[in-house]
Formats: sequence, structure tokens, C-alpha cells
Amino acid sequence: MTGAATVGRADTAARRSRVLRYVGGRLLTAVVSLFAVMVTSFFLFRILPGDPVRAMTTGREVTVEQQAELRRQFGLDQPLWQQFLDYCAGLARFDFGLSYQYRVPVSELIAEAIGPTVLLAGTGTLVAALIGVTLGIRAGWRHGSVGDRANTAVALFLFSVPSFWLGLLFIVVLASGTGWLPGLFPTGGMATPGVDGVVAVTVDVGHHLVLPVATMVAVVYAQYLMIMRSSMLDETGADYLTTARAKGLRDALVLRRHAVPNALLPTVTLIFLNLGRVVGGVILIETVFSWPGLGSLFYSGLQVPDLPLVQALFVVFASAVIIMNLLADLVYPLLDPRVRT
Amino acid sequence: MVAPHVPPGPRTPVARGPGIARGLAATGAATVLVLATMPTAGAHAAGDTEENTLTIAVSQQVDSFSPFLAQLLLTTSIHRLTYDYLTNYAPETNKPIEGLAESWEHSDDGRTWTFDIREGEHWSDGEPLTAEDVAWTYTTMMDDEAAATANGNFVDNFAEVTAPDDTTVEITLDEPQSTMLALDIPIVPKHVWEDVDDFAEFNNDEFPVVGSGPFVLTDHEPNRSITLEANSQHWRGPPNFDRLVFRYYDDQDAAVEALRKGEVSFVEGLTPAQADALDGEANITVNNATGKRFEGFTINPGAETQDGVEFGDGHPALRDKTLRQAIMFAIDKDEIVETVYGGYAEAAEGYIPARYEDYTWEPEGDDRIDFDPDAAETMLDEAGYEMGDDGVRESPDGEPLELRMHVHNDDPARVAIGKLMAEWLGDIGIGIDNRTVDPGVLSDALHAGEYDLIFTGWTVNPDPDIVLGIHTCDALPTEPGTMRGDAYFCDEEYDELYEKQLAEFDDPDRRASHIRDMQAILYEEAVVNVLTYPNAIEAYRSDQIADIQVQPDPGGNIWGQDGYWSWWSAEPASEHSGAGPPGWAIAAVSAAVVLVVAGTAALVWRRRAATVGDRE
Repeated sequence: MTGAATVGRADTAARRSRVLRYVGGRLLTAVVSLFAVMVTSFFLFRILPGDPVRAMTTGREVTVEQQAELRRQFGLDQPLWQQFLDYCAGLARFDFGLSYQYRVPVSELIAEAIGPTVLLAGTGTLVAALIGVTLGIRAGWRHGSVGDRANTAVALFLFSVPSFWLGLLFIVVLASGTGWLPGLFPTGGMATPGVDGVVAVTVDVGHHLVLPVATMVAVVYAQYLMIMRSSMLDETGADYLTTARAKGLRDALVLRRHAVPNALLPTVTLIFLNLGRVVGGVILIETVFSWPGLGSLFYSGLQVPDLPLVQALFVVFASAVIIMNLLADLVYPLLDPRVRT
Repeated sequence: MVAPHVPPGPRTPVARGPGIARGLAATGAATVLVLATMPTAGAHAAGDTEENTLTIAVSQQVDSFSPFLAQLLLTTSIHRLTYDYLTNYAPETNKPIEGLAESWEHSDDGRTWTFDIREGEHWSDGEPLTAEDVAWTYTTMMDDEAAATANGNFVDNFAEVTAPDDTTVEITLDEPQSTMLALDIPIVPKHVWEDVDDFAEFNNDEFPVVGSGPFVLTDHEPNRSITLEANSQHWRGPPNFDRLVFRYYDDQDAAVEALRKGEVSFVEGLTPAQADALDGEANITVNNATGKRFEGFTINPGAETQDGVEFGDGHPALRDKTLRQAIMFAIDKDEIVETVYGGYAEAAEGYIPARYEDYTWEPEGDDRIDFDPDAAETMLDEAGYEMGDDGVRESPDGEPLELRMHVHNDDPARVAIGKLMAEWLGDIGIGIDNRTVDPGVLSDALHAGEYDLIFTGWTVNPDPDIVLGIHTCDALPTEPGTMRGDAYFCDEEYDELYEKQLAEFDDPDRRASHIRDMQAILYEEAVVNVLTYPNAIEAYRSDQIADIQVQPDPGGNIWGQDGYWSWWSAEPASEHSGAGPPGWAIAAVSAAVVLVVAGTAALVWRRRAATVGDRE
């Protein structure tokens, strides 16, 4: 009796240490990646052609003194190693420096833009995943049916449509209105200037959110549909489903309790990976809908180049992917017992 | 004096009870329904509250609201609206007229200028505005390098600025200068700014911003909107609109749609295609204005520093004026105007755009270099550039005439011009390596002197001193990379004329004559080559704006004026509802659309449940 208990305890201890080693390993990888990203970011954008001071003063007469003063204000008069040290010291304090173009702390700009981006891309990803998974399950379960073929065709067609073009089409048809159809949604932006009050603002932002989210969903839901469909196909022939049916379970229950949970795993990974990319991934949609997010901020920063801004955004984008990957790695074993061992 | 902030138009979110469908469909539908029944706010809402709001689509970012730092067109345009300047430019003619200074005089030697400042003016916070504010603004820019960041060039030649009394400003110069009525410096309130520690870090973004212009800057949400309220106390009279809102549209086509819908009242920077599409639409007026810009390219005549140290790797044959002129003979400017600009531009010869009647210049008779490829070939043949077997000529030194051409890849018009030029130059035996590149790459090549032909373009102010000054020998780099201009052009005669026009402070006609002579030199030397003056194409809602002042008048632009004329003068149209169906109709239709969508979703949901049930 006591012997068995000891073995049990040793077993638990061994498993715990295995889990710790797993989690520790993933954490370490993430931290090392983050550090590499920070260093790369500094040097990567300094390779970009062009001179920020010249770009900022394009079309203006500036004296040599004025140029030198701008260089001093931007810290570009310092030797490279000094700039790098300042950058590292700043990072340690979450201080990314002052944007050249906006002349405000980069952290402020990012703080203002990250909300809109998460709202748009997060909503879009979730809705797309929901629709994609739902349709994917049906398509895979009844694979070869008319519904399957129609769904797959529509999804793939939309997937191949450029998001920029689709967004513009939505604006022309649904925002400004054509023929008998009046404009139902705003043409751009995230809010109507001057709207106050929590309820009014929520409604207003929601109203502005409809078209960008619809565009994003239309273009990306095919990913989820196709992955879900193919994982379902992998499961349809599985023996455990035959067993389940043999037990006399209804088809709906076989689908819900047995096939879907097993087929869902690849999709979950995809959702996590996409959530990580969400932060930097919808530049085109943000631009066409004038959505004040990180994507359009990055785009405007690259043109100068606004070094502090693009450096910081690169770090933010990369960190989001790294962190989401880490989360996926940590959540996966909880979802799938097979990964635990 | 700042108009109180009034909350915007009516909001009537209509909440319909659930029960359309079950579960997700129901919640989703209800949410969307509320959203869709929201009346379209914006310009329409303004009419209902008896406050007139003028909404302008913009895309450029805010670099800073500090007049000492702001360099971009959007922010400097906002300063035109929110601050007074010593002088202004007449809307009809672009000539300097009174601003904060009512009158002025200068000493016989032109070194001392006395300006009489308006009496009894106030800042938007109620403090008196005096000559001391003017003197303090200028002096600060002279003494503090950070305060000179944006406009230091204007006070470069100032020796001293004083305010002997509340209505007099006296400026003493090192040398006489003819640009004293073109000091584009916003006058800031001393009582606010003297407390600023570091002008490099103060962005002047505590709203409302204390100013003295016809509008007061009251709000800014980065990349979303900028709000200005009318200053009813302005000495020239209150603006007709109560509020200006600059709304961000990152995409120009989306901005055009916003105009078509009436969400914005004004859009600038239209492409010829957009202008053609908008032309003739109800309630939209397209303003096809003479432009302030010239577009062209420069030829590398051999890059060198002020001390004559040569650098870079420009093609040596380009030092030959004959070759440079032959290149110009091969270019068909009329064709560029037609095919690239769809007619929305003017073929250009002189350096200063035609809208500035006093200064613009055109060559006559034999001096003209008009499209004539045969003449170009004859010139090259006679100058010893022999045609090779491969269709590319060789210079008298035996070097093949293979030239690099740098074109900005972010400018569709330039890209199109570049393609045409490569073809035309190929026809006369000049091989072109068309490098359509990132502006940063192009700028690096220019400053390293590693180019042959390179595109450029400038916006020209009513006073052309700045664009003329960039081609003096003084603008050459002291060491590679520090050039002020964009051409490595250096000509003694040109420099003499430049000095003369700058010193000609009391005879505008003689100054203009010098300026025309300078353009003749630029034209003949063919280093700085002007191709077109593109039009400024803009459009506004005539059901929202009844009337608006252009500059110059007639034929001028609305956006980017020198002065506050357009937005100060803009008159609200009386019928605000204007185009489109009324709000309730939009709400009804959008609700109907949403109902159909939700209903279909519900149906699909039920059907699915049903089919699953059938299989049980």
C-alpha cells in the first residue's frame, strides 16, 4: 500500500518537474527572441536609405544651422554606439524616445493607436474564426455536398480578393451609397469628431467598425474554413467515430462531442498565431478606412524614416507574435493531452 | 472669445427589442440595428444645432503646433489660421498687404524697418497684443537655436529687433533685404511662451491654444481630427463658419467618397481621374486652380563643394551645355501635360510658376528650347557625339552616353514622366538607366553626387527668394552631404543678380526684372530644368459651402494659401440638408437591410438545426 503511494507521489513530482522544464524552456526561448528583436530593430532601420532630417525638411529652405539643430534634437549628431546605448537605456525604462515626425514620445503614439488596432483586428479575427470554423465543420462533415463546394468556392474567391480593393468597394457601395441605396455607414475613421458620452461614443465607434471588420472577415475567414475543413476530413474516417456511432450516438452528438474537439486543435494554433500578428497585420485595411491604428502609424513612420517610431513598432509587433506563440505553446498541452507526455 | 464647445448633432439610437432570432443572431442583429439606425453625423448634424461646421479632409500628420518647430504644410496652414503675421498676402494678387502691421517704412539705406502694429488687439485669452510680442518672437528666434528650427532663415540677416512702444516694432538689418514684407513667421504671445524652458520640446498643445488669428485651435486627436473654433474678435471680422474640423483620411479615394457622401466639405490634392469623375456631380464643385509648384529634373553638372573639391560620379559629358540643351530639345512637354496630367497642368519654361505674374518668365524667339528631336540630333552630331552601332552615342572622349535617371517611386506622375523621357532620349541616342526608387535612395544619390538626371519639384511662395537662393554658389555643400539646394549649380552672373534682387528693397519692378534675368540663366544653362506647373485640383460641396475665396483670384487655389482667406471667407450654404435622402429614410433603409441580413442568418441557423434534427 505505502509502496504504491510513494510511486504515485514520485510520479506526480516527475510530471511537475517535466511541466516546469517545458514552461521554463518556452519562457527562455521567448525572452531570448525578445532580446534579439530589440537589438535587430535598432540596426535594421538604420540600414534604410534616406536621411530623416532631409526628409523632414523636404521643400523647405533650411540653413545649415537649422539642419544641425534638427540633428541635435533627434540625437543623430551622436556616434552610433552612443545612440545604441541611449536606445537600450530607454528600452529598459519603456522609453522609446521622441518621434521625429510627431515630436511626442513614441510610447504615447503607440498607446493611442494600439486600442483601435486591437479593436479592429481582434474583432475581425474572432468573427472570422467563428464563421470560418462553423462553416468549416459543416463543409468537412458533409464533404463533397453542394453546401461544401459552394462554401469552399465562395471562401476561396473572397480570400483571393485584395483587401484594399474590397474595402474601397464597400465604401463606394455601402458608405457613400449608389443609386437607390443611401450611404449606411461612415466612409472612414473610427469616430465622428465631437461625439461625446459613453453610449453615443460606443454606438458611433461600432458604426464605424462595421465595414472594416466586414472587409477583414471576408478576406481572411477562408483560412479558418479550409483548416477546419481539412482537419474534419482527417477525422471522418477515424475508428473512434465508428465506435461512437456503433454505441448508437446521434450524428450531431458524434460531431459535437468527438469529431470537433479533435479537429479544432490546428485551428486554435492558427487563431493564436493570427492574434499575435493582429497588432501589425491590417495595414491595408487601416489605411483604406483611415483607421487610426498601429499599421498606418508604421506606414507613415517608414517614409521618413522616423527611426524611434519604427524601431518601437517593430519591437511591439515582434513581441506580440512572440508572446502569442508562447501562449499557444502553454495552452496547447491543456487542450490536447497527447502533447503533455 | 472662444466659442463654447457645443456637443454635436442629435443622437437617436433606437433600441429594438430582441426576438428576431435566437442566440447569436439576435444579439448580433440588435447591435447592428442600433448602429445602423444612427443618423449619419458630420457636416449634416451641424445645421441642426445652428452651428456651422466646415469639415476638411486631410492626410498629413501634425509635426508640432509650435510655430518655432512646425515644418509641414498642414501645421503651417493651421498657423496661418490661428496666428497673425506682420504682413499678409492679398487674395487677388499674392502681393504683400497689411497684417498685424498696419503700415511700415524703411530708412533710406534700407537697414532699418519700422512697422506700426495694430492698436487695441487682444490674444484669445484676453491679454493685450502689443509690439513687444512681435519683438520677443523675432528676438527669441535670433537668440535660441531651438526656436530657429523652422523659420530661422527669415531672421538670419536681422541685427536687432526692438519695440520702442506698444505699437511700434523696429528691425535693424545687417544688410538691406527685399523680403521684409514676406516674413512668414507667426507672432506668438510672449506671456505664454516666455515660461517655456526648451523650445525644442514644447509642442504648444495645451488647448485652447492662445493665438490671435481668425480661428482658435481647440482640439487635436492624432491621426483622427483637429478642431478650430472661430475667433469672433478678429480685427478683419469673424469667419462665417463657427468651426473647422480637419478629418483624417489616409486614402485619397476614400476621402473622395466622403465628399460625395457629404461627410466632408472639402478635399484637396485630387488626381486628374478623380477630378474627371467628380466633375458634373450634383452639389460638388471642382476647383481646377493654377498651381504653386513646378515639376522638373536637374542634370548633374559635376558635383563639387564650395571650395571646388569635386566628388560623386556624374557622367563627365554632362558638363557640356550643348548636351544638356540637346536633352531638353528631346522632351515634349505638351505631351507630358496631355498624357501624364490629362490636361491638368501647364507646360513650363521659366522657373517661377505662371500664377506669379510679376516674376514669371518665358523665353522668346531663338532662346526657346521647344520639342525638336531633329535639332537635338544635329546639335549632338555637330558637337562630336557620334552615334554608335548599338544606337547609343559616344561622347567626344569616347564614353558611351549611358545616363542614370533617378525618379521618385512614390509619385505616379513622375514615374510616368520618367518613362516618357527614357523613350525620347533613347530616340536621340542617349541611353537611359531608369532608376525608379524610394525617395530616400534618391536623396542619398543626390547628396553623394552619384546621379546624372534626377527629379525634383518645389512649391514656390509669393516671394520667390527661397527657391532662387538654393541655386547660388552659397548653397553648394561645404562638404559632401550638406547642400542646401538640389542641383550643384553655381554661376557667377546668377549670384550677382541674386544679390541685386535681394538688395532691391524699394523698387519691386527692378527686383522682378532681376528675377526674370536669373530665370533666363537657369533656362539657358539647362542644369535646373522645369517641365510643368501642375494644377492644384480640389473639390468642395456646394450645398455646404456657398462661396469661398481663392488665391489668386480668379483661377487660384483654396488649400495651402498664403493667408487665411479661404476658410475665413467660406460661407455656409443655407440649405444644409442638401443632397441625399433625409436621416429617417437612411435609418429605415439600413434597418431594413440589417433585418434582411439577420433574418437570413436566423433562417440558416434554424435550417441547420432542423437538418441535424432530421438525422436523429
